Amino acid sequence: MGVKTVKRPRLRFTERIYLGTVVKGLRATIRHFFGVLIDRMFRWNNKKFAITMEYPEERWDFKDNFRGAPALVVDEQHRGKCVACQICEFVCPPKAITIWPAEFEEAASDLEKKIEKYPARFEIDMLRCIYCGYCEEACPEEAIFLVKEAELVYARKQDFVHDKEKLYEMGGVRADRIRKWQNK
Amino acid sequence: MVDLLLKVLHAFLIAGLALPLSAAGLVWAERRVSAFIQDRLGPNRVGPSGLLQPIADLLKFIFKEDVVPGHVNKVLYIIAPALTLIPAMIVFCVIPYARGMAIANLNVGVLLVFAISSLGVYGIVIGGWASNSKFSLFGGVRASAQMISYELALGLSVIPVFLIVGELNLEEIVAWQKANVWLVFPLFPAFVLFLVSTYAETNRLPFDCPEAETELVAGYHTEFGSMKFAMFFLAEYINMITASALVVTLFFGGYTIPFFDLPEGIWGTVLSGASFVAKCGFFLFLFIWVRWTLPRFRYDQLMDLGWKAMLPLSLGVIVLVAGVKAFLFAG
Repeated sequence: MGVKTVKRPRLRFTERIYLGTVVKGLRATIRHFFGVLIDRMFRWNNKKFAITMEYPEERWDFKDNFRGAPALVVDEQHRGKCVACQICEFVCPPKAITIWPAEFEEAASDLEKKIEKYPARFEIDMLRCIYCGYCEEACPEEAIFLVKEAELVYARKQDFVHDKEKLYEMGGVRADRIRKWQNK
Repeated sequence: MVDLLLKVLHAFLIAGLALPLSAAGLVWAERRVSAFIQDRLGPNRVGPSGLLQPIADLLKFIFKEDVVPGHVNKVLYIIAPALTLIPAMIVFCVIPYARGMAIANLNVGVLLVFAISSLGVYGIVIGGWASNSKFSLFGGVRASAQMISYELALGLSVIPVFLIVGELNLEEIVAWQKANVWLVFPLFPAFVLFLVSTYAETNRLPFDCPEAETELVAGYHTEFGSMKFAMFFLAEYINMITASALVVTLFFGGYTIPFFDLPEGIWGTVLSGASFVAKCGFFLFLFIWVRWTLPRFRYDQLMDLGWKAMLPLSLGVIVLVAGVKAFLFAG
């Protein structure tokens, strides 16, 4: 009862000898063949067919909200924005972040009196990091950001632990409204 | 004596150098063309445009450990690749690839081609059998059934050529086509049948049931590795070259150039060779082009096509050509 007999369409003679459809298929594939060939030889076709990127030479242009490796940023005067509040360390799901906070003993200038702490050491274990971006979300000083760096290749395991210098180098300068040195 | 040595040298240059090198080039072409057809780029790193990729592949094959699995029939397992490769290399000897440049100018040229090329199936069957694996065995069995079925259509579809030319000698067939017309024009149906049969004979898609990756892993050479696999692979590509050479010789005027008389001397030979290579190149491209266009036939469909369509059609073409020859061109 449950069996349903499908009525097969009766093929016309021209359909049964295949050759017509074979030629149609050959036309479709040769279009792509010459498409890629012309794309590779000339620029004017604007890469309509050859869409493959040749990886090490050509790379993706990531969007600004791309979630790559986390990094620390400095302000325009190259002063670190991190105040070692350790919220990122607390919020980090895989516990990749470790911070050793330190206090300014004797503030060198008036500016430094406005803040209490700075990170003496700041380490992110990139073998643990899951690129979730919670650290960036949690940071009250907007000091930590996920940058576009996504290809981390090191020969030694300990190199995967990014230290403070590496993090500041990756983050670079970021000018925005948060100015803890002035506005406290 | 010198003649004999020259012949041996000639044969060595063709079978030992020219054919493997063209097969290597063909592997590169196959990978590049298939990539382009699928909007990819293919191997383009080793050498200019990846041309040295086959050399790298070959080095890899040579340096791989030559594993003989414990469960195989050792003697047969070891000779099977050679049994496939050697007939593939022999067949090319009768093909006139340039003016007066066949290794063996035999009067039974085409018959020799069919006789030797069907020996190649032994290597495949023995390889499949010796591997002691179900996938390989299926591949071998399919290969033998397929080869036998399509051998018929292949042989019958060339008979109209002999009916018209009245010769089995490939040089004579080329000479006839130079004097009259390319045989593809009067014998287009026979040409199509022959072409389709060669695809089945060389185990190329859409008729690659002996390999059938989706069903049989890799078919008859599933259990083979390193250079043994490379020999099967090489045999397949040399068979392709021979098949296209045969199509060109039988239906497309061989090494001749239409409306152009080859000059005497060395330049004539070179030109004729170039013309032959160009024509062959087109058919080799067609092999690749078809492979990356058509899906594989189901095994029963393959047999249906061979026995119920190709065989009667080729017989019909023979009757037609014989009838036309007997009644219209009698005497």
